[in-house]
Amino acid sequence: MSQRIYIPCDTTALSLGADQLAEAIQQEITQRGLDATIVRNGSRGMLWLEPLVEVDTAQGRVGYGAVSAQQVSELFDAGMLEGNQQHESCIGLVEDHPFLKKQQRLTFARSGITDPVSIEDYIALDGFNGLKNAIAMQPQNIVDEVKTSGLRGRGGAAFPTGIKWQTVLDTPSEQKYIVCNADEGDSGTFADRLVMECDPLMLIEGMTIAGLAVHATQGYIYLRSEYPVAHKLLNEAIERAYKAGYLGEDILGSGKRFDLEVRLGAGAYICGEETSLLDSLEGKRGLVRAKPPLPAIVGLFGQPTVVNNVLSFAAVPYIMDKGGQSYADYGMGRSRGTLPLQLAGNVKQGGLVELAFGISLRELMEDFGGGTLTGKPLKAVQVGGPLGAYLPASQWDTPVDYEEFAAVGAVLGHGGVVMFDETVDMGEQARFSMEFCKVESCGKCTPCRIGSTRGVEVIDRIRNGENANANWVLLEDLCETMVDGSLCAMGGMTPFPVQSVMKYFPEELSASR
Amino acid sequence: MTVGKEWTEQSIQLIIDGLKHKPGAMLPILHAIQNEIGYIPEKAVAQIAESLLQTRAEVHGVISFYHHFRTTPPGKHTIEICRAEACQAVGCRSLEAHAKQSLGIDYHQTTANRQFSLEPVYCLGNCATGPSIRIDDDIHGRVSLERFDELVASHQQDMKEVG
Repeated sequence: MSQRIYIPCDTTALSLGADQLAEAIQQEITQRGLDATIVRNGSRGMLWLEPLVEVDTAQGRVGYGAVSAQQVSELFDAGMLEGNQQHESCIGLVEDHPFLKKQQRLTFARSGITDPVSIEDYIALDGFNGLKNAIAMQPQNIVDEVKTSGLRGRGGAAFPTGIKWQTVLDTPSEQKYIVCNADEGDSGTFADRLVMECDPLMLIEGMTIAGLAVHATQGYIYLRSEYPVAHKLLNEAIERAYKAGYLGEDILGSGKRFDLEVRLGAGAYICGEETSLLDSLEGKRGLVRAKPPLPAIVGLFGQPTVVNNVLSFAAVPYIMDKGGQSYADYGMGRSRGTLPLQLAGNVKQGGLVELAFGISLRELMEDFGGGTLTGKPLKAVQVGGPLGAYLPASQWDTPVDYEEFAAVGAVLGHGGVVMFDETVDMGEQARFSMEFCKVESCGKCTPCRIGSTRGVEVIDRIRNGENANANWVLLEDLCETMVDGSLCAMGGMTPFPVQSVMKYFPEELSASR
Repeated sequence: MTVGKEWTEQSIQLIIDGLKHKPGAMLPILHAIQNEIGYIPEKAVAQIAESLLQTRAEVHGVISFYHHFRTTPPGKHTIEICRAEACQAVGCRSLEAHAKQSLGIDYHQTTANRQFSLEPVYCLGNCATGPSIRIDDDIHGRVSLERFDELVASHQQDMKEVG
């Protein structure tokens, strides 16, 4: 059999030259007359090592990290295809790498191992087992299994997924919808992207199960336009799933129907808010709706709709395959299962870390992240995207858990961890939070629309030393107004990073006070 | 993305007619037009409005709401620079200053030779290997100032080839 060489095809690998690398390797294979085939796999999530080339050997898959096209000839000379581990780029057996070995991968179990759009590869590693089980079950039993798992919405709000599904199941309607929120706009997050680029069939399976659970026959994946690679791979995976009978009017001969379509967003952060997303899907401006009514009752086109994040749907195939209890066995307190965390920003070993809830932020940043990229001391970390607080060293022992984070005034959100070294100007970061809200506010409610503009102005005055004390009080007041008075989390949480800077790094916001 | 392609009212109508049956067809139609022509021409607004039984104000409202849609022709290549936090932590502020200076334009502008348009973007999802930029549909990571200049130069060349 032809030897296989794996080169990832996800955005990060491509952004670091994976296509050029694949070309160079193909050329080398041809020139040397070797019997080897290139497989474009997904990413293992060890993103600092991209492009990570793997070769099949008798011992297992041996990896070579951060390989450039220029190094190919030299690597072939050094016995890469024999799995020679002497070369400095070699990381040994990939599965034994400590970054991977210490993880508890349920959702990302296949990521990087398989060709993302290969149905054969997917099935060989437990793919569609959950769907097969679900087809044989009553909708109520599927919902009960998800409830047992304790799964909470992974988009950030952490609402129990099973309860949401129950509401949609209990609301009678001719037409119901399954909508996947793939508008992953938080800086520092890329777990949704990795699911869609590295294991898109898992998302398709999870959404199909949701459809069976609540009697919905149409699904939409609302994908941000900033993800062209995910767009291409999702469409390819959906097309193949249709051909193989996993989507369409007669799923696996069950007589049950589920159709799925990808819809592109258009560069509006607010459309990650579920009601704004629904308006956008309906073809309107992405304005936030007042709740109630809940989307589970009056959702897309006024019909009962399940809206879940990519990671929530992606957790479902495991739950339906191995059972809700086996998922719930991971985690702590009311945070059950695993959370795919994302190490980003100024980090030496950035990437995806899937772990049961409970690890401390410090362990995550030091043991997995290996500290900062620049080697300078770590100063602040923003968890949970642009609406999350900046945490100083005193908070880094907080365990990763929804309730523990809330207790220190922070949010876990979608699990993004953005690290900053000592050169960061926290005053500038506070200003950016307001500036971002000013650019991205949907404009429907006043505290968010006008508050963010005034927020930028007040912070500028404080930073310039104009009436710093009075303006400080004004900023505190403005933050409170936005938190209490905004319609959704955009205006309601934009003050969190600002308030955290005021609390933990006051001297950097105003030297003149 | 095909940029600067010729269009007629008929070619736009063809795009609209191919998609208008979809539920919530507005965004798919706008994407398809912009993919084909590079922007949404003003004339298309009336056509979309009529085809979807909406007012021109509604169509305009949708176009102006989303950062992605543009109503003027872009340069041959669109460069988007990520301004979000993860890229800030690894130096995107100096990258954006460098980009503006070396291209001689600000955000939302196009170079005089029509080669490049510059846009901000808030996250490309490449947050572990920033600073990140996107040129057309290609995303690039770990973009140092030197790497930026190389990428710009390699996209200048194809202009000379064309003529």
